[in-house]
Amino acid sequence: MAEDTATASAEAPEIVIDERREELRAVFVAHLGEAVLDSVIKPGDGLWIRVATDAWAEAGRVAQGKADCKYFDFLSAIDWLPSPYGRYEDSALDVPFPPPMPERSAAVPGYAGGESRFQVLASVAKTGTDLRVLLKVDVPDDDPRLATWIRSYSGAAWHERETHEMFGISFDGNADLRNLYLPSAFEGHPLRKEFPLLARVVKPWPGIIDVEPMPGEDDEPSEGEGTE
Amino acid sequence: MTLTDAQQLGYINAQAADGRVNVELETDDGMVLNMGPQHPATHGTLRLVARLDGEQVTSADVMCGYMHRGYEKLCEVRSYPQVTTLVNRIDWLGSFANEVPFILAAEQLMEVEAPPRAQWIRTLLFELSRIANVSLFIGDLALQLGAQTPAFYAFRDREFVLNQIESVTGGRFHPNFDRIGGLKDDLPKGWIAETKAAMVRLRAFCDEMEGLVYGNEIFQSRTRGVGIIPAAVAQSYGLSGANLRGSGVDWDLRRDANVGLVYDQLDWKVWTHPDGDSYSRCWVRLQEVREATTIVDQICDGLPSGAIMAKVPRIIKVPAGEAYIATENPLGQMGYYVVSKGDTGPFRVKIRSASFNNISIAPWLLRGVYVPDIITILASLYFILGDIDR
Repeated sequence: MAEDTATASAEAPEIVIDERREELRAVFVAHLGEAVLDSVIKPGDGLWIRVATDAWAEAGRVAQGKADCKYFDFLSAIDWLPSPYGRYEDSALDVPFPPPMPERSAAVPGYAGGESRFQVLASVAKTGTDLRVLLKVDVPDDDPRLATWIRSYSGAAWHERETHEMFGISFDGNADLRNLYLPSAFEGHPLRKEFPLLARVVKPWPGIIDVEPMPGEDDEPSEGEGTE
Repeated sequence: MTLTDAQQLGYINAQAADGRVNVELETDDGMVLNMGPQHPATHGTLRLVARLDGEQVTSADVMCGYMHRGYEKLCEVRSYPQVTTLVNRIDWLGSFANEVPFILAAEQLMEVEAPPRAQWIRTLLFELSRIANVSLFIGDLALQLGAQTPAFYAFRDREFVLNQIESVTGGRFHPNFDRIGGLKDDLPKGWIAETKAAMVRLRAFCDEMEGLVYGNEIFQSRTRGVGIIPAAVAQSYGLSGANLRGSGVDWDLRRDANVGLVYDQLDWKVWTHPDGDSYSRCWVRLQEVREATTIVDQICDGLPSGAIMAKVPRIIKVPAGEAYIATENPLGQMGYYVVSKGDTGPFRVKIRSASFNNISIAPWLLRGVYVPDIITILASLYFILGDIDR
């Protein structure tokens, strides 16, 4: 019995075709053409589409109209540069401040690729179903500026405000990009990786003290291989 | 980027200027009414600046950020198990529900699945969070309209649910009970019977509120036909939860995009209301509490036995990848977009909270309404400040 299932799974490699998401992607490809730069489908789970920077507003219109994803979920951004401050216990405790910035080439994008340091990510969905499209777009490094989505989705207004405040990305056509959370005179963009988390800079994270191995366990907890 | 004293002073001054609470009178452009951040009719510290023409609002602006804690930044320096402690504080009335989508996203990236019993108990606590959250809303709603008694009733009966949550998790407000791969602990002895008794109590509470608040003439006249949100507008603003279903959109992630919870094995119903006004939003919430009590009953009856933890490494490292999981939380859809680089902590976490979208419609919705309706409309949109500001 166990052998049967093993051979069956070996014979049928995991090429699962998610027809509903394939169809949805086809709508974007049909209406945006070359502007769809890359896309990824995780069957039964998600659809990522990366569009060209100058087709961003059009992508919003296609998503809202032709693709029938009327539901605006969220819009935000990702800074792909690794943090110069490192992460808690593995960061050196005596980092010079400010630390040297990582090379621009150290920014490695995720699903559906990308060429820029910042990417804007938006999610729209089709109500009544589990279909959702995650749209990504590269934001130019020298001039982080993008077209607004408020003509397609009214809800994008606040999300663009938040993204502008946190990442310093401007949205042409969104007249109201005032700070949403921070005081208006705040300098810097907190979710950019080079922005220091001051609490961590003045006092190193004490978490390392707790990571002693349990009695009777190997002394190599950092490998993460050992299961209980 | 160290701050000089002058910069720091400038920052403090700017903060004070932004937070100044006053009522200004203007000659040509009507009056500016400043509500909050410490106004009795606001939950938490939401500040609303309404420009009035007589009694009518010509424009309204929502100022948030008084409770911005920067969780998205903090998540980047925390390990995966530590993040649940943070996200517990987002919607503090239904804390357990905040942990679930994050844990599910991490599990999806790790390709770990919680054992069936853990999934059932997760769903159970998820629904108890919903009851704890929304039952307070019902009392609070009446409080905002000037009736004190229902608020006391709500606190009294919510206590039964909190006691049940506490006896499983040890925490009344911040359980921090969900783990990658399962749950921290199993249910205590005798808990099932107590919970079912509490659910009977809560159903009685719903019936009581239906007569006391929803059937009340004053309540109806203040909420019916007020603050109407058409379905198309609700979708374009990304409203969720009862705000969306109160506008007649039949969409519930528990039924339509269920991940990792057991809603597909239960018999329950999604409530919608076609009107889209304040009353319909409140009505849908009441039905959802009642429905949640029956879901809890079903889970109590059908709870499978077995392990509550899957095998996971002691030091959790999540393989590189991206995942977005949203669930239907008490306030609406809550999702986490988790980007992992194969580290012990996330590279980037985008927290999609329900209240942020739900309150972003306020400037649109409040235009043209009368001042007393501001209170009912904001109450019926139902937001939690921690869920807006994160």
